[in-house]
Amino acid sequence: MQHENRQQQESSGSINVARNERLLSLATGAAMAVGGVAKRGWAGAGLLLVGAPMLLRGITGRSYLYKRLGKNRAVVSDTAAVSVPHGQGIRVEKVTTINRPVSEVYAFWRNFGNLPRFMNNLERVDMIDQRRSHWVAKAPANQTVEWDAEIVNEIENEVIGWRTLNSKLVEHAGSVQFKSAPGGRGTEVRVVMEYAPLGGAAGSLVARLFGTAPEQQVDEDLRRLKQILETGDPITVEGQPSGRAKPEDHPTPSYVRAEEAPKDVVQQASEESFPASDPPAYY
Amino acid sequence: MKAVCWHGTGDVRVERVPDPTILNDGDVILQVTSTAICGSDLHLYNGYIPTMQAGDILGHEFMGIVVEKGPGVRNLEIGDRVAIPFNIACGSCYFCEHELWSLCDNSNPNAGMAEAMYGQSSSGFFGYSHLFGGFAGGQAEYVRVPFADVGALKIPPELRDDQVLFLTDIFPTGYMAAENAEIRPGDVVAVWGCGPVGQFTIRSAFMLGAERVIAIDRVPERLRMAEDGGAEAVNYEHEDDLIQTLKDMTGGRGPDACIDAVGLEAHAGGLPGLYDRVKQATRMETGRPHATRQAIQACRKGGVVSIPGVFGGFVDKFPLGIAFSKGLKLKMGQTHVHRYLRPLLERVQRGDIDPSFVITHRLKLEDAPKAYKIFRDKKDNCIKVVLSP
Ligand SMILES: NC(=O)c1ccc[n+]([C@@H]2O[C@H](COP(=O)([O-])OP(=O)(O)OC[C@H]3O[C@@H](n4cnc5c(N)ncnc54)[C@H](O)[C@@H]3O)[C@@H](O)[C@H]2O)c1
Ligand SMILES: [Zn+2]
Ligand SMILES: [Zn+2]
Repeated sequence: MQHENRQQQESSGSINVARNERLLSLATGAAMAVGGVAKRGWAGAGLLLVGAPMLLRGITGRSYLYKRLGKNRAVVSDTAAVSVPHGQGIRVEKVTTINRPVSEVYAFWRNFGNLPRFMNNLERVDMIDQRRSHWVAKAPANQTVEWDAEIVNEIENEVIGWRTLNSKLVEHAGSVQFKSAPGGRGTEVRVVMEYAPLGGAAGSLVARLFGTAPEQQVDEDLRRLKQILETGDPITVEGQPSGRAKPEDHPTPSYVRAEEAPKDVVQQASEESFPASDPPAYY
Repeated sequence: MKAVCWHGTGDVRVERVPDPTILNDGDVILQVTSTAICGSDLHLYNGYIPTMQAGDILGHEFMGIVVEKGPGVRNLEIGDRVAIPFNIACGSCYFCEHELWSLCDNSNPNAGMAEAMYGQSSSGFFGYSHLFGGFAGGQAEYVRVPFADVGALKIPPELRDDQVLFLTDIFPTGYMAAENAEIRPGDVVAVWGCGPVGQFTIRSAFMLGAERVIAIDRVPERLRMAEDGGAEAVNYEHEDDLIQTLKDMTGGRGPDACIDAVGLEAHAGGLPGLYDRVKQATRMETGRPHATRQAIQACRKGGVVSIPGVFGGFVDKFPLGIAFSKGLKLKMGQTHVHRYLRPLLERVQRGDIDPSFVITHRLKLEDAPKAYKIFRDKKDNCIKVVLSP
């Protein structure tokens, strides 16, 4: 997976990384927009949206994001348009190649209900209608954060762009572009996330919700997407044995209890067979 | 179950650990019947591969019997006897589809870490540090095998474990090293290192049509085994100028292909050796590429240098100018074991080779600490150890 930080620098200049990490890290990318309708405890947190007007402007057609991914590429120059104010926004752009046809990758993503399968911070996304969806993200202490999003840009098998809908607290825009890779190498999937910062203590609360390394999280989400589409089942090593775990804390699997698997092919070794009792059969 | 766990440099222990369980749909659990210690394990044992954690289960050369399978497994049944490639491959990414199995995109759960270090991630490997996936290894009574449909090779009942165990790594590794050397009729091939990998490289070079093979090491019993395989042995410790010796042995041309089957812990005497040792100890270089340097120096113009020996980081005093001016081709990498499983199994069945020739020690799993030690120190004429759980 390639990391393209170029866009981030172009859009937000000399971002203070420490500050950004306090900000909402958008992990899952897509998602996140944390926007909107914060429930159960979050509403009282007094989250403030900074720079929303510029973000919205960007989404509606003049942002760098839109320019890159939408149709009107020639209209705005690279440096002129940003969607979040200088020093206050986060932009993550990631690209990967998935060894499946464009139509399949596009269709999978377009069904937003699939997003939680690879975006770890999402619990659920429900489609409300063809354009609108309701997002539920996992928050610390078994809470959730919920918001609505709408698709603002869509070209079949090319691009999907979305943003939070009527959010009063935090804004986010995301876009994913699909392109056939040369020579039958599958589909290049390019994800761009922008999100507005949050001020003060509220900002760090939300940052905890989404982790502290947005680049890495988008990266991992995309990797899971690739694995789901290529293999059906993202690989894990969680739960495997090691000398760090105590056997008595783990139930004995049935195959061990059933034991008595054929033993006949086991070459019985013993102390006397050290060194090898029979001379090596040299080739 | 019992398993061989890494606890630090020079410290492996046989411990009781939890039994493995199915974690992905395509997993099987094997009851291990035979497992071996590899020269690659020595790099872990000697502390040269980063991201090991105390308690990690070692072992990437193993075979056994399927005792449990995940819901996604199609080609295997409980009771099947199988050998498993050391590298883990998904079978459906671009790299797997192009037979570049050890470069699989989808089998390293810690690919992000590998990308941070190498730019891109290789496949996952059993028992070979968290950088390469953090998979529990097969020097154990049981082992979990992901993507089992893709990797597992069913073994015909008439073949003994000893004859097929090395299809999991060192036979394909030697074979790919020789294949990478692009051997043509009349070629003289020089092989640095007569460990297990070197031994299979020598025999594979002959299978692929080498006219002569020159085997280089300093351990007498290993050189003897190389000679038994048809090679001409050169003890580099007895040579003032190995490069000149190789030139003399090849009519002044130099070997047509040179193979470094030593890797990052190459031994070297004198100043160059001291230089690399100091730099490696101070972490200013992570490999001691002495054999690689010699291979490049010795190789004839327009020849091939093939590197199955493992490297993990940076080396220096790498004679790129020599390689360039002689127009050499360099080929290297972890073995794409899956590619060789069936062709090499057929060779074993045909009797072209009995891979058990390399085994000098058969021990119990419990004896692993002793086995690691004698294998590393080349004591007791140890060349290859097979452990039985
Ligand atoms: N590419 C792969 O996929 C792959 C697979 C398996 C093993 N390996 C690597 O292959 C290498 C060899 O493995 P092995 O099991 O044979 O290990 P080994 O340690 O048993 O053998 C190494 C041999 O090299 C000899 N040697 C050391 N310095 C030398 C020098 N300067 N010149 C000539 N010989 C020298 C040693 O005496 C020893 O006999 C290791 O680096 C191992 O990690 C790679
Ligand atoms: Zn090995
Ligand atoms: Zn793969």
